[in-house]
Amino acid sequence: MKVLVPVKRVVDPYVRVRIRADGSGVDIANLKMAMNPFDEIAVEEAVRWKERGIAEEVVTVSIGEPKVVETLRTALAMGADRAIAVQTEVAVQPLEVAKMLRAIVEREQPRVVIMGKQAVDDDSNQTGQMLAALLGWAQATFASRIDLSDGEAEVAREVDEGIEVVRVKLPAVITVDLRLNEPRYASLPNIMKAKRKPVETLTPADLGVDPTPRLEYIRFEEPPKRQAGRKVESVRELVEELVKRGVI
Amino acid sequence: MPALVIAQHDNRRLDPATLATVTAARVLDSAVDVLVAGHGARAVAEEAASVEGVRRVLSSEAEHFANPVAEDLTELVLQVADGFDAILAPSTTFGRNLLPRVAARLDVAQISDVVEVLAPDTFKRYIYAGNVLCTVRTKDSRRVLTVRTTAFEKAATGVGSAAIEEVPAPPRTGLARFVRREVHRSERPDLTTARIVVSGGRGVGSKENFQLVERLADVLGAAIGASRAAVDAGFAPNDWQVGQTGKIVAPELYIAIGISGAIQHLAGMKDSKIIVAINKDPEAPIFEVADCGLVADLFKAVPELIEEIERVKRERSAA
Ligand SMILES: Cc1cc2nc3c(=O)[nH]c(=O)nc-3n(C[C@H](O)[C@H](O)[C@H](O)COP(=O)(O)OP(=O)(O)OC[C@H]3O[C@@H](n4cnc5c(N)ncnc54)[C@H](O)[C@@H]3O)c2cc1C
Ligand SMILES: Nc1ncnc2c1ncn2[C@@H]1O[C@H](COP(=O)(O)O)[C@@H](O)[C@H]1O
Repeated sequence: MKVLVPVKRVVDPYVRVRIRADGSGVDIANLKMAMNPFDEIAVEEAVRWKERGIAEEVVTVSIGEPKVVETLRTALAMGADRAIAVQTEVAVQPLEVAKMLRAIVEREQPRVVIMGKQAVDDDSNQTGQMLAALLGWAQATFASRIDLSDGEAEVAREVDEGIEVVRVKLPAVITVDLRLNEPRYASLPNIMKAKRKPVETLTPADLGVDPTPRLEYIRFEEPPKRQAGRKVESVRELVEELVKRGVI
Repeated sequence: MPALVIAQHDNRRLDPATLATVTAARVLDSAVDVLVAGHGARAVAEEAASVEGVRRVLSSEAEHFANPVAEDLTELVLQVADGFDAILAPSTTFGRNLLPRVAARLDVAQISDVVEVLAPDTFKRYIYAGNVLCTVRTKDSRRVLTVRTTAFEKAATGVGSAAIEEVPAPPRTGLARFVRREVHRSERPDLTTARIVVSGGRGVGSKENFQLVERLADVLGAAIGASRAAVDAGFAPNDWQVGQTGKIVAPELYIAIGISGAIQHLAGMKDSKIIVAINKDPEAPIFEVADCGLVADLFKAVPELIEEIERVKRERSAA
């Protein structure tokens, strides 16, 4: 079984982004970048399938600036076999990402696409569901446990009410949640080995997809500020304050 | 053209998230229809018909809609989509699972987690874990949106009497099937709609200690939340997680206990009216957003707090 893992290069989630002074966008030029944390979990899961003999090949793909190759090297160092970089200067949005991924799925014919449930920069939570729709495949989103068998996957999904278990036919798109696994750190020898693994470079045009976004982000602003915090000295003072404000 | 709201429900009652979504739809369009796909869900269709501002309810009954999968629901939505130029669902796990599948089939770029409708084609939403508020304009003539339910008032129920029309259910796709749901049963109020939320973090230390948080919640009649660290450590179930990747809450009172206030946690609770933080580290970032911050050891402060609240209540009922 071949597995495809799309990974996005994002600003490190622990770094605070700043809006450009003229409000024209978010300044990410010199910020520390990382693989989207959910995608690390997807790579980890795919690599574990390979180690257990369930998957034969793990192919990883990333769409974006030329530096996505660095992110792909991280996935290769974790254990993916080869990588595809779709290079574009356009900040591609989920629908167009899904269309490019569909074209790659048609070329590569994986049985499973496993990916993050959400990119922590745009927080869209759309791409996996869109890809499944475009392919006419089943989708299992927000996975916290995946049992692959012959033609099926049983997936425990993290939903608002608790856990929902579904069975999906393969091929399928699975999007992963934080509690599926703990991604490994790549070891130094594996980082060295990853440098020799193949990375293919494509453009959106090679995939027949126009990357132009449909959504225009026209204004960026700081969220409304809360009043500066205030401290109380004791539990009694805290309760008095809450009574005064009429909440208890 | 009217807007369509996809109802979230459990075949017995409309989820309040749907009511907030109706409000967002009404800002967008004066005519709002609600689609209720269910099994034995007549009561839900009737409740939807009574919601303020709803013009018409489309009701589709089928066995496979008892616990519908997105694959099957999408076919139903597509069957009726032509009559609408906006399709909305709450930004809950239900809506997030379903709507992008619908959007892609309609070849529309979805706008996720809308917090404000500025114009029929222009919306506000957060990016970067709530760090940046964006105004987004779509070039698509049709709009597909998920709605942050804490950002919109809930439409009133029991006021209207819209017509209910039956819509035949498309057959199962056979792609996916519901197996079971493991629900964490509780008598406590629902986390996303509760008036008071008490949340515990890694500082609480263990699952046993979490009972302290639960006791405080119970004296206050509150729902319980948790940080991701507390959930990861197994102190609390995953559906209690508040934050960027958990639930978004905006209660009148949010009490954070042993929570440092990471940006991903703040993303889920910073629209609460009053924030209380109890943390032994005076430098913890949670204090920057707390209206009442108490620097203290939670194992000392929380039992005291429970006692003090009980005392206030006793005095009140005696008076
Ligand atoms: C992609 C991604 C998504 C994430 N999504 C979320 C999310 O949705 N929600 C979320 O919460 N987090 C999320 N996180 C994690 C987040 O970054 C933090 O790691 C997490 O919120 C920390 O939880 P905490 O505050 O409970 O733990 P800590 O940061 O460890 O804080 C514990 C606090 O307890 C205090 N404390 C310890 N003992 C005591 C005591 N006896 N008395 C009083 N105070 C005490 C300490 O001073 C400390 O401030 C996400 C992270 C990533 C990378
Ligand atoms: N530019 C991209 N390149 C590769 N994968 C992506 C890209 N954008 C999104 N994805 C994948 O889609 C998931 C969900 O992203 P989103 O829908 O943007 O929240 C991510 O976790 C990635 O797995």
